[in-house]
Amino acid sequence: MLEVIETGGLVTIQDAGRYGWRKYGVPASGPMDWFAYEIANTLVGNAKEAAALEIGFGDVTLRAMCNCVVAVTGAGFIVSTFIWKFPLWNSFTVRNGWKINISKNGNGNWAYLAVAGGIQVDPVLGSRSTNLRAGMGMKLQSGDFLKTGKPTHALEDLAARTLPLEKRPVYNSSPVIAVIEGPQNDWFSQDGHDMFVNCEYKVSIASDRMGYRLEGPPIMQIRNANLLSEGMAVGSVQIPADGQPIAMMADCPTTGGYPKIANIIKADLPIFAQTPIDTGKVHFKLTSIADAHSRYRSMISGIESEIEGIENDATFAQ
Amino acid sequence: MYTLKPLGDSALLVTFGNEMEPRINQRVLALASLLDSMPLTGIIETVPAYASLLVHYNPLIITHEQTADWVRKHIESVNFLVARKPRTVEVPTYYGGTHGTDIEDVAASQGLSYSEVIRIHSGREYLVYMMGFTPGFPYMGKLDDAIIVPRLGAPRALVKSGTVAIAGAQTGIYPLDSPGGWRLIGWTPLRLFDSSNEIPFLFAPGDMVRFVPI
Repeated sequence: MLEVIETGGLVTIQDAGRYGWRKYGVPASGPMDWFAYEIANTLVGNAKEAAALEIGFGDVTLRAMCNCVVAVTGAGFIVSTFIWKFPLWNSFTVRNGWKINISKNGNGNWAYLAVAGGIQVDPVLGSRSTNLRAGMGMKLQSGDFLKTGKPTHALEDLAARTLPLEKRPVYNSSPVIAVIEGPQNDWFSQDGHDMFVNCEYKVSIASDRMGYRLEGPPIMQIRNANLLSEGMAVGSVQIPADGQPIAMMADCPTTGGYPKIANIIKADLPIFAQTPIDTGKVHFKLTSIADAHSRYRSMISGIESEIEGIENDATFAQ
Repeated sequence: MYTLKPLGDSALLVTFGNEMEPRINQRVLALASLLDSMPLTGIIETVPAYASLLVHYNPLIITHEQTADWVRKHIESVNFLVARKPRTVEVPTYYGGTHGTDIEDVAASQGLSYSEVIRIHSGREYLVYMMGFTPGFPYMGKLDDAIIVPRLGAPRALVKSGTVAIAGAQTGIYPLDSPGGWRLIGWTPLRLFDSSNEIPFLFAPGDMVRFVPI
């Protein structure tokens, strides 16, 4: 059991996502940075799809109501418990009564806290992911209690594990993001396409779980037509009338009517999601599906075997 | 006639046209129904729209080519003319009132009386072409030409759940409180979405809908 003591931003429960209902208009939701979320679970011995906490836009303090093992992954945050500071991407023991503090620090947008045994909350439409707009799940706040499940192993076997740095995404503030060309490719001029892959686009402050609004040279469509609404995927880059690209993210609607110039590949979604909102800038580059699949598989296949035990590398918190 | 294009590395878009036309939509729904009934490991789900079907797949399990081959094989074999008998849903509707705030404007701009707008809107059955925008929102059509009006220039911040609306040749019902850019003409007490129900959604793509003035 975890108690939520204080929240400063957006803290929600997310699992791998809500699938099977998109034809009824239910977004998939789930984590913004799928890799950090899956690894947080793997570090504490949970199934990859277990429910965890996603933290963004502010700090959070929790209290453990039993001995447990926790891992915090992602970017742009630091974690401390009791008198110890831990690096992200490590699992560590938290004793009954200790507070866990996760605070904004450095570049990045989202952190994931997984607890051994997973967060146990009643699923809605088969998933524990939160979708505030649809009334599924809630923004967590002070006084909330989170039931946790039974760990898969003894706690001492789950603590002090890490994913080596070289297996983590190379998060940075001005990444190059690979995309597959979009189905409405021919709605844009060659100039428009050149701009899309040569110019820098800033992740504007008007970015959230539904989509990241990008600011940069406008890309105008050359076809004087309206697109009939059609299905959308996470990573779809829509170009509305003002020419400013919008990249669809975890809570995006299931269908949309703006032309799509490209779609971000799964392997680059974590880095894209962690590009600092309001200050980060991205460059896009085209790639093939074969390359996209190969990068995705090599990123995550067999990742459990990469987890390593570590010597205690906690430091005293100030 | 159809095209198959990737939408990123985890979805495939099958497009049958670019018009809101019942026979094109029937092809989409027949294919969706066939694919859903013959599952392939690695296919996550299908999302029908007006004239297209999006097939979501897991690239750890299958490739783009395998997904495309599977879809093509079924397009060849689906019998588009054999549609299931559609279900008709009646929607009791209070036209105008506190929620149907745009109905007078629609009447005025179309040179119709208030009661003519009601008669025209409720005078035909509509096909649910697809669902999207928010959970349970049905995109229905086609409206009689006499009441075709454009959507608002800028959306309202809040439209109450149950509100009946029109935009272009479409009509819809907002299942949840949400922003909305369509013209609001009435309200229904029916619940379009209830997650605690065994069948959580009132509508499904392919249903026929009739609005019944109360």
